[in-house]
Amino acid sequence: MADGAGTGTVRGTVRGTVRVHALIVRVTHWVNAFALTCMVMSGWQIYNATPLFGFRFPAWATLGGWLGGAIAWHLAALWLLVVNGLVYVGYGLLSRHFRRSFLPISAGRVFADTRDALRFRLAHKAGSYNAVQRLFYVGVLFLLVLAVLSGFALWKPVQLHALAALFGGYEVARRVHFVAMAGIVGFVVVHLALVVVVPRTLVSMITGRARIVLEPSK
Amino acid sequence: MTPKLKAADFQPQLRRLERRLFLRSGLSLGALTLLTGCNLQDGDTVDRVLWAMSRFNDRVQAALFNSNALAPTYAASDITKPYPFNAFYGEDDAPEIDAATWKLDISGAVQDRTPWDLARLRALPQESQITRHICIEGWSAIGQWSGVPLHALLKQIGADTRARYVGFKCADRYYSSIDMATALHPQTVLALDFLGQQLPTEFGFPLRLRVPTKLGFKSPKHIAAMFVTNDYPGGYWEDQGYNWFSGS
Ligand code: HEM
Repeated sequence: MADGAGTGTVRGTVRGTVRVHALIVRVTHWVNAFALTCMVMSGWQIYNATPLFGFRFPAWATLGGWLGGAIAWHLAALWLLVVNGLVYVGYGLLSRHFRRSFLPISAGRVFADTRDALRFRLAHKAGSYNAVQRLFYVGVLFLLVLAVLSGFALWKPVQLHALAALFGGYEVARRVHFVAMAGIVGFVVVHLALVVVVPRTLVSMITGRARIVLEPSK
Repeated sequence: MTPKLKAADFQPQLRRLERRLFLRSGLSLGALTLLTGCNLQDGDTVDRVLWAMSRFNDRVQAALFNSNALAPTYAASDITKPYPFNAFYGEDDAPEIDAATWKLDISGAVQDRTPWDLARLRALPQESQITRHICIEGWSAIGQWSGVPLHALLKQIGADTRARYVGFKCADRYYSSIDMATALHPQTVLALDFLGQQLPTEFGFPLRLRVPTKLGFKSPKHIAAMFVTNDYPGGYWEDQGYNWFSGS
């Protein structure tokens, strides 16, 4: 995780930077941010053509201008989302990034870290995720997989009818797809709020490095 | 001697860098809102990328298409009532067609171009199915359609089934086209009846296509002419940007 470099002493404290995000994680993160924004905004425009629930998304938050444009965006960006996601998941499994960064998630730690977070006592440690973060990241990965699978069930209910049947048919898949979208958007809102609270995490996700304060040295 | 590096000395620069990066991500979001104007209608670069991806998706869907995969069928009790009307015009504007003079014109890569009247179409073997109609708008409804399997009619007229497209022109100015593999699919029918009765005006009298392996807009109503061709015929919605293959 931390292959440190560029350390120096400042008044008895060793400071330096560590690499916290691999290049491949940073690239796939930003490609995903773009693809996901396209998927959500075009999805909202598609939703507006036949609102499932009693409301519409405002036009400024949608992509594509009309149903045909939105579907063109949705079914184009889908490939960017899926290919990028496969690269990320492939890397996460092969490099053991998932196992090192996301596991273990224990109920006890999640509980303790949630309590600290609610009391504003949970510190952000560069290069290591607390239990709440782990649960969030694994949760959103699950929701993304759910959105992609239910999306394919909606797109190909006949050719992939086994997948559509797994969701309980076309009409249920539509609701699952919507719920997955809502969960992902909920995650993004919290995620962005935390970046505003700890802005240096944004720099790390671009440069890959974070400043740390090491043991005081004599 | 290595010069001592003080992180504190870089604080202002770092802070400026952070601010610049924030600004840049703000700008790229702004750029995305510019893209929201891209709608397949004005032919700019992004529109051309979207059209190219739509053609790519046509090829993906053709490769995914399995002639033996059947759309799920349902029981009579599952039929949606009342069945929704949908067209690019209002229900009152559906064309009134005289059954006595109506004919289905045939053209293109076929051996026999004799037009078909209703009596001759009804004399062919009929096929009945209860399937789900899925609309591109997101709703779906279950209905029962009966009529002539398209593959049977194509055989009757000696169509060149190696040609790529079967196209349709309609009495309401609608037009559309499908790939030959789908045209030969066992569930693709030229429907004469809806719910066991002659097609009502609003649902496509006297003849409509019914393709349960495609989205609803690929099943034109009030068909007046059918042709077999290798030249891409497009369609009313397809030419405006709906994906051409639009398979289910
Ligand atoms: C994280 C990614 C995704 C998000 C946030 C998302 C979001 C949405 C939303 C909000 C809708 C409108 C739902 C409705 O009206 O019922 C929608 C529709 C749709 N999505 Fe996605 N989607 C995602 C991924 C995918 C993928 C990977 C596919 C794969 C093909 C897909 C295929 C579809 C289709 C076919 C529809 C239209 C259904 C219709 O005609 O109404 N989506 N999506």
